[in-house]
Amino acid sequence: MAIMTLIDAVRMAMDEEMARDPRVFITGEDVGPRGGVFRATLGLHEKYGGERVVDSPLAELSIVAVGMGAALADLRPICEIQFADFIHPAFNQIISEVSRMYYRSDGQWLVPMVIRAPYGGGIAGGLYHSQSIEAFFTHAPGLKVVVPSTPYDARGLLKSAVRDPNPVLYLEPKKGYRSIKGEVPEAEYTVPIGPARIAREGGDLSVFAYGMMAHYAVQAAEKVAREDGIDAEVIDLRTLLPVDKDAIVNSVKKTGKALIVHEDTHTMGYAAEVAAVLGDDGFEYLDGPIKRLTGPDVPGVPFSHPMQEYFMPNPDKIAAAIRDLAAY
Amino acid sequence: MPTDTATRASAQIGEQTLLDMFWIMLLSRRLDERSWMLHRQGKIAFHISAMGHEAAQVAAAFAIHRGVDYVHPYYRDLALVLAVGVTPTDFMMSLYGKQADLSSGGRQMPSHFSNRSLHIVSGSAPVATQVPQAAGLAFAIKYKQRCGLVDPNDTTQPRLALTCLGEGATSQGEWHEGMNWAGVHQLPFICLVQNNIYAISVPVQSQMAVEHVADRASAYGVKGVIVDGNDLLAMYDVMADAVQRAYSGEGATLVEAKTYRPVPHSSDDDDRSYRSRDEVEAWKRKDPIVRFQRYLTDEGLLDPAKIDAYEARARAEVDRAQADAEAAPLPAAEDALGDVYAPVEG
Repeated sequence: MAIMTLIDAVRMAMDEEMARDPRVFITGEDVGPRGGVFRATLGLHEKYGGERVVDSPLAELSIVAVGMGAALADLRPICEIQFADFIHPAFNQIISEVSRMYYRSDGQWLVPMVIRAPYGGGIAGGLYHSQSIEAFFTHAPGLKVVVPSTPYDARGLLKSAVRDPNPVLYLEPKKGYRSIKGEVPEAEYTVPIGPARIAREGGDLSVFAYGMMAHYAVQAAEKVAREDGIDAEVIDLRTLLPVDKDAIVNSVKKTGKALIVHEDTHTMGYAAEVAAVLGDDGFEYLDGPIKRLTGPDVPGVPFSHPMQEYFMPNPDKIAAAIRDLAAY
Repeated sequence: MPTDTATRASAQIGEQTLLDMFWIMLLSRRLDERSWMLHRQGKIAFHISAMGHEAAQVAAAFAIHRGVDYVHPYYRDLALVLAVGVTPTDFMMSLYGKQADLSSGGRQMPSHFSNRSLHIVSGSAPVATQVPQAAGLAFAIKYKQRCGLVDPNDTTQPRLALTCLGEGATSQGEWHEGMNWAGVHQLPFICLVQNNIYAISVPVQSQMAVEHVADRASAYGVKGVIVDGNDLLAMYDVMADAVQRAYSGEGATLVEAKTYRPVPHSSDDDDRSYRSRDEVEAWKRKDPIVRFQRYLTDEGLLDPAKIDAYEARARAEVDRAQADAEAAPLPAAEDALGDVYAPVEG
């Protein structure tokens, strides 16, 4: 069992899948000899050659569309969008094409592709290197949206994504690329796409989060356990689409209270869906208001430090929200 | 392109194949006309036509390895997909939104063709989306050949990707990005632009500042060719050359077929608001089917009796397709819920 960073686990998964299946290839901006701007593909060009680790033109729409065409021809593309902020030129391809192909062709044509995109703020990236984009894409049935938060999951979920016959948008919390470390077994494994993970068991209230916020939520839960004796359960949602409704409802069945945390902006963010699931199927178990802790409704994450920190949820803000809800 | 008639690729087409091409053009036209009529009768909700484009499409189809090479068509490619192997019954099923619609099981509007076994890729309605995807299909062909997954000389495998669109769709960034990939990676890719002068109502002069779409080919490092899309044999010559280039690793070709749509854009359009009847009538005199029929008659391959026989056969096939589609069941309402995700194995 080795301790590994999140980005090393991402790279390991790609390396393993490329070795396992010659149909797997990588394309994106700077993924070749440079190894990606975050070094997610470091060494893979050298190992597998320019045929399989392909520097794309600087054009995100075609990274997705060419990947889709290759997937239709039974290859297994891993397309890297350098920053999730740059995915919007490919929005039409992902929404109109990638996510709809299987349905619109009556199940004839499969799009087994992975679109990897580093996302999230807190890295002095300003409006265009900090965005959370999940809310746009979790509104696209046919697509799967996955957000790993640990190195173990980053490896196992990405391997499942590569093998999945459906398109998977794989959002990597880039603030945690090197700061998040964890144990990763040497032996090969996969983590199924779909089920959420109980990151911390608890009985007093449920905190739902994903990506970097899942870490912060666990840190906050430890803090309130230590300081206030509050026993919070943290659910790392991991797969945002399809929604793991059972995991959401089952946790609240146990705790009676729900706090949902994401760094994306507030209105129509993913928390709204979690809250709606609880409204539909968890009402009778609720013992307090469903609370959301999110980024504010401003057009993006501002660059300058005080404004950025104001925008971002953090362990202290989450701990405060937990205390408020626990006291209800 | 050889100018000497005898060395033209089209000079090598056998007599029966010439007649087969004529047949598909005629079948497409009669099926198309019937579709307009069914719409006027209120029997179907929508039709979008291939009329006037038949020569460009049939020549393109006959130049590739039909049913094996990838085709990523657009909504106007009825004659093309018929030539590849779609049947009039398949098309009628989609017009009527029947469960047996092979393209989509009744989920998509008509003329969003798809048939995986024929390597016809399902398309959408936002234009030019298929172009970078077709570049991806071509990329996969080259990838598989270079990585040893298929033998480059294996003719049972796709060896090129053909995609089609109208000239208006070339204003989209998607077209540009697809062409750019095709050029950068020297892909076995053919982009056939069927330039019929109008994008619904907007004339080509409002679409681009250059005279020809093919003028842009050099910007992508691909070969650009302009051809009379209403001349089946000229069209075939150009396509055969593009196919040869793709098969031999010489890269992508942008073919611009100059043609005309003698009918409104779709059953929801009225073209009287944007073009004169004189203009339409002038183009009808250049009808590609009439033109090819005259050629085959001059060559002694057709005569009035044979033409009558083809017409009778076309009418019978269209009648039967319509009857089959009308008798076929609609999808179950809950079929709306199917095929969102493919099952995950293991």
